[in-house]
Amino acid sequence: MKARAEALPTQEMLINMGPQHPSTHGVLRVILRTDGEVVVNARPDVGYLHRALEKIGERVTYAQFMPFTDRLDYLASMNCNAAWAWAVEKLAGIEVPERAEYIRVIVCELNRISSHLIAFGSFTADMGAFTPFLYAIRERERINDLFEEICGNRLTYNYVRIGGVSADLPDRFLEKTKEFLDYFDPKIPEYNDLISYNKIFVHRLANVAVATPEDAVAYGLTGPNLRGSGVRFDLRRNEPYSVYPKIDFDICVGTGERGTVGDCFDRYMVRINEMRESVKILRQAIAQIPDGPVMAKVPRVFKPPVGEVYFRAENPRGETGIYLISDGTVNPYRLKIRAPSFVTMNIFEKITRGLMIADIVAVIGSFDIILPEIDR
Amino acid sequence: MLESLAISLVDAVPVLSGVPLWTITLLIMVVVAAVVLTFALTYAGLATYVERKVAGDIQARIGPNRVGPVGILQFLADGIKLLLKEDIIPAKADRFLFVLAPYLVFIGSFAAFVVVPFGVGLIASDLNIGIYYVMAITSLVVVGVLVAGWASNNKWALLGGMRAAAQIVSYEIPVGMALLPAVLIAGSLSLQDIVRSQGGLFGIFGWNLFHNPFTFFSFFLYYVAALAETNRTPFDIPEAESELVAGYHVEYSGIRFAFFFLAEYGDMFVVSALATACFLGGWHVPFLNAEALPAVWGNLFSLGVFLGKALGLVVVMMWVRWTLPRLRVDQLMRMSWKYLVPLTFFNLLGVSLWLLLFQGRGIPQMIASLFG
Amino acid sequence: MEPKAIFEAVRATFGEAVSELQEEGFRPAFLVVSPEKVREIGRFLRDDPAMKFDSLMCLSGVDYPDRFAVVYHLHSLAIGHRIGVKAYLPRESPSLPSVDGVWPTANFHEREAFDLFGIVFEGSWDLRRILLPEDWEGHPLRKDYKYPEFYHGIKV
Repeated sequence: MKARAEALPTQEMLINMGPQHPSTHGVLRVILRTDGEVVVNARPDVGYLHRALEKIGERVTYAQFMPFTDRLDYLASMNCNAAWAWAVEKLAGIEVPERAEYIRVIVCELNRISSHLIAFGSFTADMGAFTPFLYAIRERERINDLFEEICGNRLTYNYVRIGGVSADLPDRFLEKTKEFLDYFDPKIPEYNDLISYNKIFVHRLANVAVATPEDAVAYGLTGPNLRGSGVRFDLRRNEPYSVYPKIDFDICVGTGERGTVGDCFDRYMVRINEMRESVKILRQAIAQIPDGPVMAKVPRVFKPPVGEVYFRAENPRGETGIYLISDGTVNPYRLKIRAPSFVTMNIFEKITRGLMIADIVAVIGSFDIILPEIDR
Repeated sequence: MLESLAISLVDAVPVLSGVPLWTITLLIMVVVAAVVLTFALTYAGLATYVERKVAGDIQARIGPNRVGPVGILQFLADGIKLLLKEDIIPAKADRFLFVLAPYLVFIGSFAAFVVVPFGVGLIASDLNIGIYYVMAITSLVVVGVLVAGWASNNKWALLGGMRAAAQIVSYEIPVGMALLPAVLIAGSLSLQDIVRSQGGLFGIFGWNLFHNPFTFFSFFLYYVAALAETNRTPFDIPEAESELVAGYHVEYSGIRFAFFFLAEYGDMFVVSALATACFLGGWHVPFLNAEALPAVWGNLFSLGVFLGKALGLVVVMMWVRWTLPRLRVDQLMRMSWKYLVPLTFFNLLGVSLWLLLFQGRGIPQMIASLFG
Repeated sequence: MEPKAIFEAVRATFGEAVSELQEEGFRPAFLVVSPEKVREIGRFLRDDPAMKFDSLMCLSGVDYPDRFAVVYHLHSLAIGHRIGVKAYLPRESPSLPSVDGVWPTANFHEREAFDLFGIVFEGSWDLRRILLPEDWEGHPLRKDYKYPEFYHGIKV
C-alpha cells in the first residue's frame, strides 16, 4: 500500500533505524529518509558484524573451516555445514556413503523447520503479535533437543564433516524424530488459525513491498523470497544434490492469495508451507535411510586437486553459494561465500520506496535476513 | 457533597464543632484522595502482575513465579527496582518538559478515578458532569505524551508522540459518541445517575447493554475505541516496540518510566469502569437490590460487583493485547474516521429515535410489560 | 547449452574479446573475456534467446598470484544451464565496467569486491565500501595485505 504524500508540503527527516533496533534482526542499520511516516528512501548499511570469514578461510584448512560455517547463518548451522562439505567434496571428488547423505538431508530439513519457525515467530513479533513467537520457540526447542542428542550442541552444531558426518545417529533418534513430526504436523494449521489469516495481519502484509518475478530474478533473490514472487525454482529440485532426487516434495510458491504475487504475505506463506514440505521430506528420508558407514575415507592431510568450483545449496534463507579455488595445498586459495541474505539486501532500497515506517519492519521480517550471514 | 459529609460528621461528633468547617472538608478531601490513590496504585501494581500471568498463560509459559508465592510480589520487586534505577535525563532533552511529562500523563489518567462510581455510596466526587469530566481530564494524557515525545529530543520519541496525538484525538470522538446513548437514557451526565438508571428488572435486564440493539452495539464500539485511546495492542502504535523502539517513552528510565507505565494501567481501568458504569449496569448486582441492603453490606456488595465487572473488562484488554498483531498508522486512522465515527453517529441517532418512539423504554421492559 | 557451444557462440559475436575456455578442473567452465568488454558480453549472454542467463549467481574478486580477476557465475532460470565468466585484470589500478545495469544484483557484489580487493567498477550506481568502515585503509582480501596495527589509535 503506497501512501500518498503530495498533499502537504513537509520537511524530510533522517532517521537511523539500527544498528540497535528491536526489529532489524541484528545489527543492521537502515538509513531512513522519511516524510512524516512515509519513507522516501531506505538505504541499508551493512557490515557491523564483519568477521572476515573469507580471509580466515584462506588461513585454515578445509576441515578447520567447518566451525566457521556454523557462524554464517547461526539459525541454520547444519545447512551451512553441509553446504561447505558438499562444496569441498565436489572440488575433491569425494564419494560420500549413502547413509551419511541421508543423515545430512535429515538434519538439514530439521534445521530448515527450526529456521523457518524462527522466521515465522520473529516476523509475527515484528508485526506486534508476540505470542506466536513463543509457540515457535516451543517447537524449535524439541528440534534443538534432537540436535543435542546428535552432536551435543544446540546452536552451532559442527556436525557435518568433509566426507560424511562426525558420528552416526544415536539410538532411537529416528523414532524420536518421527514422534516430533507427528507432534509438529498439526501445529502448522494451528499457526494459520492463530495468526496467518488474522485480518489485521493480512492487511499489514498483503500488497506490501511487492517484488515482481522479473525483479526477484534480476536482483538475485533466492530461496523462499524468490519463490514468494511466484518463481518455481528450488535447487533441491532444479539442480539436485545429495539424495534429494530420490525424494518427492512440492515446491511452494507465492500465489498472491491475499494480494499481489510477491508481497510480504506471499513470502511469509511460502515459509509456512515449506515447513510442511520439510516434514514430508523427513518422513521419506527416515523411511529410506540405509545402514552403512557414515564417513568416507578422507586423508588426514587433505589436499584437494587444483581447480575451481562453485557449489550452491538450498538453505532456509536461499541459495548459499560457495566459490572455492584450490591451489593444491591444504588451505583454500580463495573462498567466497555467496550469502543469500547479503544479496537480498540489494533489492531493499528499491522495494521500500513510498512505504511507511511500519512496513520497513515488515519487509525486513519477510525477507528473513540474518546479519552474521550478510556481514560474514 | 463533601461539605454535607463534613456537616454530618460535625453533627455526629460534637467535639469537632469548634473546628472550622472548611478544615474538616479539606481533611476529608485529603483522606478520600489518599484512599483513591492507594487503590489506584495497588490496582496498577497488581494489574501488571495479572497482565504478565495472563500473557504467560496465553503464551504457553508460566509467567512470574519467583518473588513471593506464585510470584505475587513481583510487582513490588519491579516497583522497588524502578525506584532505585538511575534517573537518566538526556543531555539534549528539554529538561523542564521532560520532567513534567510523566506527571501530566499520570495526573490525566488517575484524576479520572475521582468520578468512578465504585459502589452505592462509594464515589470520591459525584460530579454532575461526570462523563464530561472524564473525557476532559483524560485528554491531559495526550498532552503529556506529546510533551514527552517532543522533550526527549529523539526522533523515535517524536514520531511516537505525534502518533499518540493523532490517535488519541481521533479516537476521543468515537469514545464520546459511543458513551452518549447512556447519557441519553439516564438524562444525566453524572455517572452515579447513569448507574442508577440501569437498576430495574432483576438488576441485569436493566443494563443499557440490553436496552436496545443500538446500545448493544454502542458498547462494543466504545470498547474498541477505548482500547485505541489507551494505546494498547492492537492500537499501540505510539509505543510500537518493534517499530519505534518504545515510542514516546524511549528516553525515560526509572521512576519516570514507571509513571507512564502506571498511567497506562490506570487508563485501562478508567475506560473499563466507564464501560461498566454506562453499559453493564455499574454496581448493580443481578437479582439483588444493593441499595436496599444495609449501608455497609450494600456498599461492599456493590464495590465487589463493580470491580468484578471492570476488572473483567481489563482482563479482556490483556487477552486482546496478547492475541492480535498491530495495525499500521494509516489503517488506524482509517478505522477511526471511516468506520468508528460514522458508526457511532449512526448509533447515537438510532438510540435517540428509539427513545423518542418508545418513550424511553427498552426491549426487556417491553417484554416484561407483555407479561404484565 | 554446453560450455563449448556457449564459447563458440560468444566468440562468433565478440571475436578476440573472448580468449579462452577454461574447462579442465573448473566447475562450471569459464569463458575468459577481456575486461573492457564485460558489460557487452554480459548483455549478450542475458538477452540472446539461446543463452538467457537471467541470473547472476555470484560475482567474486580473486587475487591470483600474478593478476586479479573478476569472476561471474551465471545461471539461466529459463533454460537451466550455467557458465562462468572470468575477466583478468592487472594488479596495478584494476578496473572494469560495472554490470549492475545488466544484472541489478551485481551492485552489492561489486561493492564487496571494491571494498575487499580495491577493484574499481566503472559506471556503477553506487560504489562505496560495504563491509568495512568508510575510512578503512587497504583491501584485506589482497594477498599482499598488511594487517594494520592501529585503528583510530586503538591497538588491534
